[in-house]
Amino acid sequence: MYSEIVMDHFTNPRNVGEIENASGMGEVGNVKCGDIMRIYLKINNDEIIEDIKFKTFGCGSAVAASSIATEMVMGKSVKEALQLTNKQVVDALGGLPPVKIHCSVLAEQALKAAIYDYAQKTNKYYEELEGFDPDAEDDHHDLVEEIGEF
Amino acid sequence: MRQVYMDYSATTPVKKEVLESMLPYFSEKFGNASSIYSTGREAKQALEGARASIANQLNCKPEELFFTSGGSEADNWAIKGIAQARKAKGNHIITSKIEHHAVLHACEALEKEGFIVTYLDVDEKGLVDPSAVEAAITDQTILISIMYINNEIGTVEPIAEIGQIASKHKIIFHTDAVQALGNLAIDLAELPVDLMTFSAHKIYGPKGVGALYVRKGVRLPNLIDGGAQERRRRAGTENVAGIVGFAKAVELATEGLEDHVANLTSMRERMIEGLLETIPEIRISGDREKRHPGNVHVCFKYIEGESILLSLDMMGIAGSSGSACTSGSLDPSHVLMAIGLGHDIAHGSLRLTLGDFTTQEDVDYVLEQLPPIIDRLRKMSPLYEQAKGAQ
Repeated sequence: MYSEIVMDHFTNPRNVGEIENASGMGEVGNVKCGDIMRIYLKINNDEIIEDIKFKTFGCGSAVAASSIATEMVMGKSVKEALQLTNKQVVDALGGLPPVKIHCSVLAEQALKAAIYDYAQKTNKYYEELEGFDPDAEDDHHDLVEEIGEF
Repeated sequence: MRQVYMDYSATTPVKKEVLESMLPYFSEKFGNASSIYSTGREAKQALEGARASIANQLNCKPEELFFTSGGSEADNWAIKGIAQARKAKGNHIITSKIEHHAVLHACEALEKEGFIVTYLDVDEKGLVDPSAVEAAITDQTILISIMYINNEIGTVEPIAEIGQIASKHKIIFHTDAVQALGNLAIDLAELPVDLMTFSAHKIYGPKGVGALYVRKGVRLPNLIDGGAQERRRRAGTENVAGIVGFAKAVELATEGLEDHVANLTSMRERMIEGLLETIPEIRISGDREKRHPGNVHVCFKYIEGESILLSLDMMGIAGSSGSACTSGSLDPSHVLMAIGLGHDIAHGSLRLTLGDFTTQEDVDYVLEQLPPIIDRLRKMSPLYEQAKGAQ
């Protein structure tokens, strides 16, 4: 049911952990739906992601999506990281079953929420975060329903 | 790598003796049981022999047993059939919140047709309270359906008491005994039950075969119209090999019942005690005494069930979970919700069910493999981090 890449990231997740005094921290999901993702960022003065860590409560694909997303943005600029889409996460994982697409959405959202936190703390503005609400409830599941139909 | 199958409540391997009993009925004695020539008669004999044998083990009459394609079909037939047959008498059905989906969804289908269904609560161990059954009865109640043993948390329901209440009020009583057959003694002459559902593949028989027991005198409409098979109630050429295998499986289960229960109960307790000793912050679900002999159901705080299953699978261990991710929906299993577990606890559920081919070494292997898996997943969990930080 899962690709080898998913299983690899689930078995040997990259960048698990926390960052003390993180530049930004974001958490999305809730216990009710069974997935929570938290991402910590360390961003330097040139707005480059120097370090990134995650903690995830959820299924195999939620762990794998968090893991690969952290790899995909490590060393990138904040601007570049904001371009990351859930589809890129799915593709990088070699695909996810339809009912698990929401895990990739969570990874994208968790990263955005962490950058949002950084932007708030440092008084920075990113047009990519326009309209982004880190506390939005369960948006990713509506998307899942739609995708799940196919 | 060691392979440990611990999902016997999902399905069981077909026992060698069962398979052997079935084999002649595929290519040699392949006749249609309705034909009058000798191969047909052979098939008919095998079919009726199987029916008589199962009836004998369960202490009922052969003509009270109707073979079906399995448990779900028998549940649907019982519930929808009784509703249909007795709708002039009333439109109210009583069941519980922890039934198998074959019962719950059949009841939901009937609600769309105007029937009223009461879904009784259960206590924190999953027990239905017989007095709550009685309190729910109205002058419109035509059917009560309460399962014998819950498939998820293994709780054994007070079927005899509920049956007496149903009988006192002249209400038909159905019980899904799919998990009970082979795990406790069933005496249909003693039990006040009108309809009972059975399945072969949970007791080391083949998949695709089950039966519905219908007490003599209970009127039930035909399930499939057609030929005269199953006394015209369920037409269609019989699955002779499957039914022969089913009968063999019931025979073996009855013969070996005492050993089976003693052996499984001892391994189950060893497993539960071992888990409680080695892993902190866990919760055993269900009743510790009134319990399926092979059922171990445990919830691990802070982590999610599918992650546990995947990790166990990598170590060759097969189990199941009631988490949302494994149920294919967004909610954890209805059974875990009904016993009052919070979403955070229910998502971290693991069901390991032991059976006749489980060994002490298998139990030890799981007890050795599971703690580091739980530890690894907890270290990855933001909930664990939060809880530990708060302490």
